[in-house]
Amino acid sequence: MGEHHVRNVGVGGSNPLCSTTHELRRWYWRTNLLVMSVLLTLWAVVSFGASILLADGLNEVSLGGFPLGFWFAQQGSMLIFVILILVYAVVLNRLDDAYQARLGAAPEDKGQ
Amino acid sequence: MSVMAWTYLFVGLSFGLYIAIAWMARVGDTHGFYVAGRNVPAIANGMATAGNWMSAASFISMAGLISMMGYAGGVYLMGWTGGYVLLALLLAPYLRKFGKYTVPDFIGDRYDSDTARVVAVVCAIFVSFVYVAGQMRGVGVVFSRFLEVDVNTGVFIGMGIVFFYSVLGGMQGITWTQVAQYWVLITAYLIPAIAISIKLTGHNIPQIGMGSELIGDVAGKGMYLLERLDQINADLGFNRYTEAFTSAGWGKLNVVCTTLALMVGTAGLPHVIVRFYTVRTVRAARSSAFWALFFIAVLYVTAPPVASFARYYMIDSLQGRQAQQLPSWFHNWEQTGLVRWFDNGDGRLRYSAGPDNEVFRRGKLGAAEMDRLASEHERWLAGTGGRDIRPVLRDAGLSGPDRDIIVLATPEMAELSGWIIALVAAGGLAAALSTAAGLLLVISSSVSHDLYYRIINPAASERQRLAVGRVMIGVAVVVAGIFGIYPPGFVAEVVAFAFGLAAASFFPAIVLGIFSRRIGTVPAVSGMVAGLVFTTAYIVGNRFFGMPAWCFGISAQGIGTIGMALNFAVALTLTPLFPAPSAAVQEMIRSIREPERVGA
Repeated sequence: MGEHHVRNVGVGGSNPLCSTTHELRRWYWRTNLLVMSVLLTLWAVVSFGASILLADGLNEVSLGGFPLGFWFAQQGSMLIFVILILVYAVVLNRLDDAYQARLGAAPEDKGQ
Repeated sequence: MSVMAWTYLFVGLSFGLYIAIAWMARVGDTHGFYVAGRNVPAIANGMATAGNWMSAASFISMAGLISMMGYAGGVYLMGWTGGYVLLALLLAPYLRKFGKYTVPDFIGDRYDSDTARVVAVVCAIFVSFVYVAGQMRGVGVVFSRFLEVDVNTGVFIGMGIVFFYSVLGGMQGITWTQVAQYWVLITAYLIPAIAISIKLTGHNIPQIGMGSELIGDVAGKGMYLLERLDQINADLGFNRYTEAFTSAGWGKLNVVCTTLALMVGTAGLPHVIVRFYTVRTVRAARSSAFWALFFIAVLYVTAPPVASFARYYMIDSLQGRQAQQLPSWFHNWEQTGLVRWFDNGDGRLRYSAGPDNEVFRRGKLGAAEMDRLASEHERWLAGTGGRDIRPVLRDAGLSGPDRDIIVLATPEMAELSGWIIALVAAGGLAAALSTAAGLLLVISSSVSHDLYYRIINPAASERQRLAVGRVMIGVAVVVAGIFGIYPPGFVAEVVAFAFGLAAASFFPAIVLGIFSRRIGTVPAVSGMVAGLVFTTAYIVGNRFFGMPAWCFGISAQGIGTIGMALNFAVALTLTPLFPAPSAAVQEMIRSIREPERVGA
């Protein structure tokens, strides 16, 4: 998905401020895609990996009175989903702040 | 006070609350009517989303479904929660940044095409009607079970309430009543769950109790609950409760496909997506997605413990008992037909997966039909003619108790007082009403905003648009009520349809629209149509015309996964052959990806 983005690099033209904000935007989007990919990988590993594809094997292991594969399918996966969204919200909201801070600094970049 | 009196009191109080909220939240413009003025705080939107999402089926039937399915019940648990991860990461923040009113708005604008808009409108209306029909029926069923009124009277009362607050307050009224409904339903769900956990395992957290040892004077005392349940299931000829991939039709591939179809379908359901248009900012949309899944998960992680406790307790208190030893909850629910005992003549109840099973449910049979069969069985037992009706019921697929009994009878199993049972009735109604209202708003806005304003009469004034919105929601309530009173036999069959269609149409179109700058109108519309046609043909063929599940044995519930893959494949293959979107659309994509300005 990122490639579409790369193809459009350079649209900003010769205006140095524009090229700075353009790079900033690119950095923001790439970081976003990275965070997203990591979290979606975890999402897939927990739900399709631990809870389904590996469930029969994990069921040999016990977590208290739970067979582990069963626990992932009926408890663990859902708890981890909640945590994944929390991490996404916190990280992306901070990324937004960082973007705004750098955007504020951008005109100075131009002067240097 | 009797259970009935408590029920009237709680249902009356909760309805009064909803009406009061609706009056306070009434609106005067389309902005308030469609997106609650985009003024809903993140945490409140999370509660409203949770109330909106959890339907009569989640509240009343899901735990029962899990208790019958064991491990495979995880398909529904993961499917209906995992979709929120996709929604939060791939859709919600971008759609909020886009900032219009509906899902067809995004599809129509991004692909710059009224054809795409109309395809989206048709899907949105179809998906929502399929879903809402079951909800109105659910309201009637809850009324009839707890208040002994006619199902149709229950549907009329439900229609009246929803009509009042949705016409008056649109999205704003719906949002704040959903917040209240969430609290009613979650309280009603948690109290019996905690009580039965304490009774069976001594733990006041059901999620821990589920993995603990049984206490009290019971067979299998000191064993882990789940271990004992595995053993009981095996003794009675059922699949072991925690073992994976043993039940018929739930092989690995089908479990994966069904889970993914439900997840992607959840993320693509329009009544869920539009809730994220109602918050103030993109940041709030992200936090709100977290709160939504948090509040949903409170119920969803409680359902599996309820399922295992109630199944264990139900079997333990019935198996091998004689008539006078049966608990009172059994007699109460026997009257409703949710559970019936037809003895083989030895005077002891036996529940099993085999031909010696004596526990049945009324299911779709009429009450009179069931009574006739029961009297035949009585005569057979007395040796004065009649016949053994157990094979008849078994062939009709009515072996075992109705799954709804798991949630409905839990308060009595845990020996809780009458007012808790009444609270469960109010909770069931809250779950059904909150979901119905959210769906009705989608139907109304699809017609009044997407069709009327965006296509038919773009010159319509604000006043006209609001009037059309109100009329349409009124019409939708009436149509949904008619579906509730005359339930089309296929409703239960086509719920898979709602998820399948959402997965095969909306989800790929929206995701590609956000994450690809290159994809244009023709590839996107072709992908949507390909996904829709394939999924529709497969489900209709499989469910109604006896077509075998030829696609790797994937069931109708899981086929949305293949429909979605087909949509992506068609759209991406055609993309290089057609022109890229216009400069205006490129600008729109840039804008939805960019963080919003501070203070915006």
